[in-house]
Amino acid sequence: MSTREYMLGNVAIARGIVEGGAQVISGYPGTPSSEIIDTLSRMDDRNFYVEWSVNEKVAMEVAAGAAWTGVRSVVVMKHVGLNVAADPLMTLAYTGVKGGMIIIVADDPSCHSSQNEQDSRKYADFSLVPCLDPSTIQEAKDIIPYAFELSEKFGIPIIFRTTTRISHGKSDVKQGEVFENRPIAHFEKLVDRWVMLPKNARVRHLHLLDIQDSIASELEKSPLNELTINNDPQSKMGIIASGIASVYAKEAILNIELDASFLKIGTYPVPKGLIKKILEHAETVLVIEELEPVVEDRVKIIANEIGSGARIIGKTGDFVPGVGELNVELCEYAIANAFGVTKKSNIADSMVDVADLVNITDIELPLRPPAMCPGCSHRAVYYAMKKVFGNDAVYPSDIGCYTLGVQSGTVETTLCMGSSITLASGIYHAGEPRPICCSIGDSTFFHTGMNGLMNAVYNKANITVTILDNRITAMTGHQPNPGMGKTATGDVTVDISIKKLCLGLGAKFVEVVDAYDYKATEEVFKRAKEYAGTSVVIAEQACVIDARRAGIRLKPYIIDVEKCTGCKQCVKFGCPAIEFDAKSKHAKITALCTGCGVCVHICKFGAISVVEQ
Amino acid sequence: MITDKEKLELVISGVGGQGAILASDIIGKAAVLKGIPIRAAETHGMAQRGGSVVNHIRLGCELGSMIPLHGADVLLALEPAEALRYIDLLSGNGVVIVNTEPVLPVTVTSGGNDYPDVSKIVEVLKSTHKVIAFNASELAIKAGHPQTMNVVMVGAASKYLPVGKDLLIDCIKEMVPPKTVDINVRAFELGREQVPSHNQ
Ligand code: SF4
Ligand code: SF4
Repeated sequence: MSTREYMLGNVAIARGIVEGGAQVISGYPGTPSSEIIDTLSRMDDRNFYVEWSVNEKVAMEVAAGAAWTGVRSVVVMKHVGLNVAADPLMTLAYTGVKGGMIIIVADDPSCHSSQNEQDSRKYADFSLVPCLDPSTIQEAKDIIPYAFELSEKFGIPIIFRTTTRISHGKSDVKQGEVFENRPIAHFEKLVDRWVMLPKNARVRHLHLLDIQDSIASELEKSPLNELTINNDPQSKMGIIASGIASVYAKEAILNIELDASFLKIGTYPVPKGLIKKILEHAETVLVIEELEPVVEDRVKIIANEIGSGARIIGKTGDFVPGVGELNVELCEYAIANAFGVTKKSNIADSMVDVADLVNITDIELPLRPPAMCPGCSHRAVYYAMKKVFGNDAVYPSDIGCYTLGVQSGTVETTLCMGSSITLASGIYHAGEPRPICCSIGDSTFFHTGMNGLMNAVYNKANITVTILDNRITAMTGHQPNPGMGKTATGDVTVDISIKKLCLGLGAKFVEVVDAYDYKATEEVFKRAKEYAGTSVVIAEQACVIDARRAGIRLKPYIIDVEKCTGCKQCVKFGCPAIEFDAKSKHAKITALCTGCGVCVHICKFGAISVVEQ
Repeated sequence: MITDKEKLELVISGVGGQGAILASDIIGKAAVLKGIPIRAAETHGMAQRGGSVVNHIRLGCELGSMIPLHGADVLLALEPAEALRYIDLLSGNGVVIVNTEPVLPVTVTSGGNDYPDVSKIVEVLKSTHKVIAFNASELAIKAGHPQTMNVVMVGAASKYLPVGKDLLIDCIKEMVPPKTVDINVRAFELGREQVPSHNQ
């Protein structure tokens, strides 16, 4: 038992990457994928190269370049990151790879920390790149070496799809052997492979189509696919479930004590032979999968091909929801409905929400949405921004901790990474007469915001761009970025000046201000608002969590009850360290205060001051 | 292979930043050392910024990580409102162990909402379940640091866990910063004392 370890899914995946002998790993942080590279970059005796790239497209190309030299590489991103990297992906499917390459994509059904819940298996279908979809953490770790072999055998990258419940689940995991064969990188000059001129692309497209059948028959045998035929030959029930949903479905079948044929699917292309077998045994086949009906559609096509009259249901017939995560209750519900059996638990109301509970208990339970930390500089910048630009201005924003500023009224759009400046430009060019002030974080600016700024300046958008520079990629768990002067592994490197970058991109108005200096921030915003053209305000201040880790401790603040009139102005600022005491009708600052000192400027009565020890 | 004695379905709820993940890691690690299979689901990401968080821990389980509704044996709530929020995960004869020290959400501090009376919350919990309620945050301060509240709660839960006290303490020693080992062990003991022994 000593070889078993309690591990986070992403840590297990990182372990699988090591076991698989990867030599180059790249990625861009994004929940729920970030801990994979975090783990690799913190390992002590690394015999691989690992980087945080500036965005997913860049990361994909770095990993592809490495794989073209014959070494094994991995690129890691969240599901929406694959949209950014879709450009290289689609053609990489043509060129293929020499060393094994795995594209790890973490899907987020139910949008726990994402702007959408797109299903990455669709990309596999679209690009004709095979996809593996593990159902447990152990399986996730174990299939990485297999994925490398597969990739090398067919000379094609492999999409490895994980989901929140794998990546952010934990389990006892048994470790495996490390692949020791580490080839020396050598870029072979194969013009017809690596140069996708139309004449080469046409040939490679045919090749890609050619290998599909062999890939499919190879995957048919994969341990990720598993068929159990029911005991009772009279039972005509079949259930197919994919990825993590197969584990939920299994538990539901156990609970219901149902004797059905069960096919677990974990590969794309799907195992056609196994699907045919289950279709031969069953009159009704229920397909259980999260999000899109990828398997279900395939099963229908296969049934049609073999002339099976089986009834195929799932998303069809509304047995399985097409949005959000599944769970055991939803699977029991689907199975019970599909086969007319009684479910064991009372789960018709499996998605009981808090509101119902509150009704039962007649207690009003306050919601607890996430909020920016006490002392977060973003809050201060937003406060000054709102004061200067007013309620009427338009506030496009972006993706990061600062999106949580939505309550402050300065986050009015969030579309995708880097979209704040571009949306602002579009709103301006459409003729919107009101002032436009957008906000974007440092990491998001490096990711894809820079292009937007260049475009805004070039096309003369009269907008204000606020770069909330807290010197870290905070939301995803505090990863370094090009503005910090250190790499993923902590090595010292150049720190890329956002100010110089903006000047280089052609902006004429670029001012840097300390986000905790409230008065100065207000002044800069006033000038930026007056400026005709694209103005850039860079508000700098370290993320409080990162600052605390670096040992920076500021003195806390206190409210003088004698001076406090109970006007609640400071409370409205929204710092979680400021509470209102309804009994005494005074505001008070709690132990959560990190000493940013911004609230001092908000109190008109001078009631807030620093605690001098 | 898995005995009923090794099975326990535990939910840990709380507020992002309270250390729910470390609490579940201590328990999970101890269970694995004892050879018990385990599956867990955790809240990471956005909600960790002061949002409501919930961790599912299934000891003696080889299936999925999510505890079905009314499936949990123990609900370990690091915050009173977060006990009530997830009470539906607890089975009818499950027990709630709840820290009575509230953490006010932003909807209360700067929104217009009220935070319910903690005594009222405990009363409602008691109307349907067995409840062990005490102020773990004060005990943590008594132990030497407010941040050890999560370990106080692990101590309280320990009487229900299929892993021994010594093993849990060994894991704590290994997992907390070296300088804070004594404080954390004290925190664990203080929490454990809150639960009468016949519950073991
Ligand atoms: S983690 Fe950092 S950036 Fe994010 S809300 Fe907290 S202080 Fe702000
Ligand atoms: S100084 Fe004021 S605004 Fe800053 S963290 Fe403390 S209470 Fe919050």
